[in-house]
Amino acid sequence: MKHLFSCLKRYKKEGLLAPLFKLLEACMELVVPLVVAHIVNVGVAGADRMYIVYGCLLLVAFGAAGLAFALTAQYFAAKAAVGVSAELRARLFTKLQSFSYSQIDEVGTAAMITRMTSDCQQVQNGVNMFLRILLRSPIIVFGAAIMAFTVDVRSALVILGLIPLLAVVVVAVMAAGIPLYKKVQARLDGVNLSARENLQGARVIRAFCREEEEAREFSVRNGALCREQRHAGRISALAGPLTFMLVNIAVIVLVYVGALRVNAGKLGQGDVIALYSYLSLILVELIKLANLIFTVSRAVSSQKRIGKVLDAPSEPSALMERTGGEEHAPAISFEDVSFTYAGGGAPALSDITFSVENGKTLGVLGGTGAGKSTLIDLIPRFYEASSGRVLVGGEDVNGIPAEELRKKVAVVPQHAVLFKGTIRSNLLWGGEATDEELMRAVCLAQASDVVASKGGLDGEVVQEGKNFSGGQRQRLTIARALVGKPEILILDDSASALDYATDAALRRALKTLDCTVVVVSQRVSAVRHADTILLLDEGRVAAMGTHEELLKNSPLYGEIYASQTRAEGEV
Amino acid sequence: MKRSLIFRRILRLLKPYAGYFVLTVFAAMVSVAAQLLVPFLVGECVDVIVGQNNVNFHALYPLLCGVGGCVVAAVVSQYVVSLANNRIAYCVLADVRRDTFEKLGRLPLKYIDDRPYGDISAVIVADSEQFADGLLLGFTQLFTGVCTILGVLVIMFVLRWEIALIVFFLTPLSLLIARFISKRTYTTFKRQAEVRAEQTAFIDEMVENLKVVKAFTHEEENEATFAEQNERLRRASLRAVFFSSTVNPSTRFVNSVVYSSVALSGALIVIATGGAFSVGALTSFLSYATQYTKPFNEITEVIAEFQNALACAGRIFALLDEKEQPTDAAFPGLGRAEGEVKAEHVRFAYDPARPLFENLNLTAEAGKHIAIVGPTGCGKTTLINLLMRFYDVDGGRILVDGKDVRAITRKSLRKNYGMVLQDTWLKEATVRENLCMGAENCTEEEMIAAAKAAHAHGFIMRLPNGYDTVVGGTGTLSEGQRQLLCIARVMLCRPPMLILDEATSSIDTRTELLVQDAFSKLMEGRTCFIIAHRLSTIKNADRILVMGEGKILEEGTHAELLKRGGAYAKLYHAQFEE
Repeated sequence: MKHLFSCLKRYKKEGLLAPLFKLLEACMELVVPLVVAHIVNVGVAGADRMYIVYGCLLLVAFGAAGLAFALTAQYFAAKAAVGVSAELRARLFTKLQSFSYSQIDEVGTAAMITRMTSDCQQVQNGVNMFLRILLRSPIIVFGAAIMAFTVDVRSALVILGLIPLLAVVVVAVMAAGIPLYKKVQARLDGVNLSARENLQGARVIRAFCREEEEAREFSVRNGALCREQRHAGRISALAGPLTFMLVNIAVIVLVYVGALRVNAGKLGQGDVIALYSYLSLILVELIKLANLIFTVSRAVSSQKRIGKVLDAPSEPSALMERTGGEEHAPAISFEDVSFTYAGGGAPALSDITFSVENGKTLGVLGGTGAGKSTLIDLIPRFYEASSGRVLVGGEDVNGIPAEELRKKVAVVPQHAVLFKGTIRSNLLWGGEATDEELMRAVCLAQASDVVASKGGLDGEVVQEGKNFSGGQRQRLTIARALVGKPEILILDDSASALDYATDAALRRALKTLDCTVVVVSQRVSAVRHADTILLLDEGRVAAMGTHEELLKNSPLYGEIYASQTRAEGEV
Repeated sequence: MKRSLIFRRILRLLKPYAGYFVLTVFAAMVSVAAQLLVPFLVGECVDVIVGQNNVNFHALYPLLCGVGGCVVAAVVSQYVVSLANNRIAYCVLADVRRDTFEKLGRLPLKYIDDRPYGDISAVIVADSEQFADGLLLGFTQLFTGVCTILGVLVIMFVLRWEIALIVFFLTPLSLLIARFISKRTYTTFKRQAEVRAEQTAFIDEMVENLKVVKAFTHEEENEATFAEQNERLRRASLRAVFFSSTVNPSTRFVNSVVYSSVALSGALIVIATGGAFSVGALTSFLSYATQYTKPFNEITEVIAEFQNALACAGRIFALLDEKEQPTDAAFPGLGRAEGEVKAEHVRFAYDPARPLFENLNLTAEAGKHIAIVGPTGCGKTTLINLLMRFYDVDGGRILVDGKDVRAITRKSLRKNYGMVLQDTWLKEATVRENLCMGAENCTEEEMIAAAKAAHAHGFIMRLPNGYDTVVGGTGTLSEGQRQLLCIARVMLCRPPMLILDEATSSIDTRTELLVQDAFSKLMEGRTCFIIAHRLSTIKNADRILVMGEGKILEEGTHAELLKRGGAYAKLYHAQFEE
């Protein structure tokens, strides 16, 4: 709850004024039965017509005042609720952006998006309802009870006895209902999964003639959902009739007690009417309250989920004191590095040691799951080595502030992503640059024709860059990385969609740069020209050396080479 | 779809539950009547409680018993209404979901390919729910609301028609106000939805690619954009939320005006009639006045939901009415085919405006391996779609063992094909269930043998629960591992014909080489259609088809085509030679 409260702090005024005005509104409503009682007791009994007219005018005046108070309260409540959700969203966004790669893996994209959208919305609804109604209803319920006491203590005791009973009913039904609705939600997820799966897998399902089995499976899930829904419905449907019954039993008792009191001369006829009105008022409010507790309980669980994200630690800019670099140190070196993913059993990398001199090219080769991507993710410290040291320019990466390190090391990811906007706005992700500098990077990345075909740097990029082909996207992401003039450029299988000629031209262009290049691939052809090739196998360095050396010394390298040459003719 | 037509369809859905429906309507009437009688009887009670030593207890007891009886009747009937409704709503919901889902299996793939998955699953999951909630639960609310209004009107007119008239004419005011406000709020809600959509798109994009954002330290720029959108959303939301929340207080004010008018006129009439119109009657009147306005507010809300529910029903029925693939129940099955496949003068287009195949001919003799090469969009995948009858030809015909595939059942045709696609879809189920998808009666040994042949056994055993690990969706398995499972899946069912569409594209070359042996064994003696980017597979094919723009440009063996120096030779040099 602490995040919710700290967000509410900025709306302290609104958060206090909204319930306050609700209280005033409730008071306006609460005096109505009193006025009516007086109209009956004094006006009707004494046949005083003017008294009645004034009384009724007073009722309208109270109504008008109630309206004014209510509108004010609604405004403040809306302002506070909307403000809180905006603040929560902003904090969440900042927090998510500060997550480390491990945390991103752990929380998952879908969950992050849900936190920011529907959970924030739930909290907004909850706060709004809480400020507006959850305070109003108890005020009215207790207010009505108190007013009843001013009319007659003995009769009011009946009402007082009713309130805890009602509370018990409402709470019991809620307590029984909420876990049932959770179950319903889980079943619904199952039905949802079935539906989505059958759309995505339509081809495979048809190819294997599984339509009927799938339909049977769906109908089992569907039936289970239906049963859970009906079960939950049966329980929650009890709330209405039960409250109605309790209140009306109270009415019967009240009328009887009232009758005794009137007979004894302790009470007027109008007072009985007033007491009856208060009871009705309580009934109406309690029914509203029961419905709203549901909204609020949902908001509370959303709030908890949001809180969990906000409470997670941010990725620290640096993990230790700077060690400082060395003059002629290698651009990258790994010293006995091992790495295990959080929640992963076996280490993804073990005992990796190597170094790359400034301006040289390192090729990293290995099969699926050999640990290639993991290895390069350690260089810009996307993940932190579990043991051993990763050095950039002779300095331990754990001591280099993340922003500085990541400006120095540019990564072109395996999955080429562009963002909605223009080609220019995408390239500028790499860093501040003039148009000439941008075009130079584009040229180096062999993407001039791509930019030209889209009408220059202002060419539109739609969401996910869907208006570019895979190869075009790859070249643009390479250009984006080059814009920042990085000291180290990492290409993670980023030229896979390029044809041979373009690939070769790109390699030549990169040679002209004063920049250390790491090329990752599972094909020998992509790394054979590298100054050093690091061959990974199941997270370990299997061999290291130039193409020729490896051919001579490493049977595994020979095997891979042979498999690819046999598959593709002369490489 | 026309409203009246939708209503008729809805009635048809309700037919199996007609008994429950009648029960709800009846119970709802009982419940309304009982609830309305309570204030009336309480009013009568008040009339016998006049003053000191002037309380008629003899008259009071039966009245109180009457109240008790009404309460019991109301409670029981209310619960019956809920139960019956519950049953109707959720059963109809389940029926609709079942129908739409089963419909999915009978729709041509074109329907599924043409729309985002989200749109279709929204109909099955979300629309059906809103339809059930809005229409069926809404109906009872509407029905009880109308019953209450009518009942209260009758009672009020019986009690005192003058006051009843006042209530009758004043109350609609609150409806007018509600309508006035909701019209205004509509635009503010629209604005809010627009801004929210914009922000959600931004969140989606950035969160999906959070790793890239961090790699380029683009956090601050993002935050600036986000803050600006967030502030706009805050303002828009404030307007929308506030304006929509003015409805209740406004109608409450109208109600208080009605209430005081009743009090005024009632009190004056009591005096004027010298008590013939009693104070007790006035009490009942006052509580009826409040009860009378409440259903009006509810009805306004219900109607909005109703409209939405009708729209949902419209979408559901539209899906159910979609043209299905023609039934083939009357056709004979294919049996186990020899594997000779022929396409004769095939004409096909996804979009009539852009023809793809105009006159495609090809022959694959039983047991031959046909490799298909060509640039993206040349029709390779379409050919597979036609062979498997995911789509039907527009003209010409495709024959298997000399039989037109449209004259045999789809099921028997597909049973004869094994398929490994680039898209490695796995069901969210155990490895075992996924592997045995096409061969349900296979033994444990057969399954493990297939997994071993596909070099999947090793990593399967390393999974937390071995063959009983639940896979599918994303995560857990790498693309390469998924592909190995798909290969093992086909190895288990051993059909006479195979379709391999980039079947090894995600597997590293060394593993591929290892799998190759098993693959070759599988392909032996089977008709194969192979789309591949690895030359070895293509080279060894009995025939290579070079496709371009929906036509077969060249046809022949690797050596023949290289010698010819045409499109294939060009492709070969560009792709594979340095």
